[in-house]
Amino acid sequence: MRRLLVFLLAGWSGFLVMAVELLSGRILAPNFGNSIYVWGGVITVFMLALATGYLLGGRWSLVAPSVPRLAALLLAAAIAITPVLFLAEPLLDWLFDHLRDPRYGSLASATLLFFLPTAIAGMISPYAVRLLVDDSRRSGHYAGLLYFVSTFGSAAGTIMTSFYLVLYFEINQILAGLIGISWLLGLLVLWFGNSRDASKS
Amino acid sequence: MPLNPDCHPLVLFLLLCALFAPAAVTAMTVIHTEKSLYRNIVVYEEDGQRCMSFTQREQSARQSCQFLSDPTQFVFPYTKMMMGALYLNPQPRTLLMIGLGGGVLPTALAQILPQATLDIVELDPAVVKVARRFFSFNPGQRLRIFEEDGRVFAKRARRAGQRYDLILLDAFDHEYIPEHLLTQEFLTEIKELLTPSGVLAANTFSSSHLYAHESTTYEAVFGVFYNLRVELRNRIILIRRDGLPGREALERNAATLEPNLQALGFGKDWLLPLFSTERDWNPKARVLTDQYAPSNLLNNLP
Repeated sequence: MRRLLVFLLAGWSGFLVMAVELLSGRILAPNFGNSIYVWGGVITVFMLALATGYLLGGRWSLVAPSVPRLAALLLAAAIAITPVLFLAEPLLDWLFDHLRDPRYGSLASATLLFFLPTAIAGMISPYAVRLLVDDSRRSGHYAGLLYFVSTFGSAAGTIMTSFYLVLYFEINQILAGLIGISWLLGLLVLWFGNSRDASKS
Repeated sequence: MPLNPDCHPLVLFLLLCALFAPAAVTAMTVIHTEKSLYRNIVVYEEDGQRCMSFTQREQSARQSCQFLSDPTQFVFPYTKMMMGALYLNPQPRTLLMIGLGGGVLPTALAQILPQATLDIVELDPAVVKVARRFFSFNPGQRLRIFEEDGRVFAKRARRAGQRYDLILLDAFDHEYIPEHLLTQEFLTEIKELLTPSGVLAANTFSSSHLYAHESTTYEAVFGVFYNLRVELRNRIILIRRDGLPGREALERNAATLEPNLQALGFGKDWLLPLFSTERDWNPKARVLTDQYAPSNLLNNLP
């Protein structure tokens, strides 16, 4: 059960990151266009944020790792995405006035709006590996499973968003849905984790 | 991601044609291919025409064509219909064109309007290069070219207080639509970039589900507009900011412009009957916005 919850969170964080990445291109387009530079800026920022997240997540797993803390990471990522709903437009307009080059405009916009939530979501995978591994001989097996689940989640997030969600919903509705599901999953896992702790004591 | 695969299906196709159809009536010769950041550009000659194509087998994917014998004559109905914008305002002095293609349209406009200045925005530097080299597109003082995203250019121009008498929107090919150039917000930015009697001419290719969405989106921003269609794939929307001129005004302007258009190979007898304000679309189709713009999906829905 505990493993299932860990995989669930890791899979969903993969879904979340790619769904947000695809939407971020759309969010930037009215101000910085849809050129190859804008996608280059967006992808660079997401990769750097994930790299940073992996580093921090692994580091944080050294101190009292637990399932509720993993759930807290997802909740934190959901909170960090929320400003995009309200601040994207004024922030992008402000950056539009101050950065003429669409390359640096998109780089700066993507950094300010998406670096923090993506980095937090990136912390989930290495932290999850720590929770799964109880025997160092099987660590590769669990790391592989976890990569499988989170990358599978990323693929699902990509295709769902680009093929279907944008056909029915507005960008902000999709973002709000992603935030809502993250809260739901986070709280669910928190509740399960705590009730387990309570039954133990 | 808007990247094209690195292959030349058209070139392969053409080579195959050359191999297996030696008895073909006219030979198709590829004279240039160019890989750009966004697409593969092929220039070829066939049937006495030189054409620019974006890696597509279908004829309808031709972006721009010229008659080799007389490059001033217009080949496509869509370029002729775009000239219909002059019936709404015959003497524009400042023009903006978003999307260059082979540059046939701006070259003709610059000739008809000797006083006018044209700003042309094209995202793909390779298209500009090919237009200059193979389609005698010749930018200069009056014909300025800007290599950047059309939406970014329009937004900056509006903030800088620039206004245009005529804006020509020709940034779509029927395979890929830049979705941020077909939203209520973008069209509002374009509207604010027009002088009070300014005219917008938009070339679109909608024969699909997108047709109705595109129509309600233009309607939401501009109200009633002239809709010109000849074949299923060609559609031109013509709008004047301070309201559409009626038949009489159109006919008056058409008569004045007749010699200019005859020089391009067509005239008012062909063009005027195409002007229609009939709403032949579902008026309940969802308006496209920056928040909701699945244009490419809508265009390809079965």
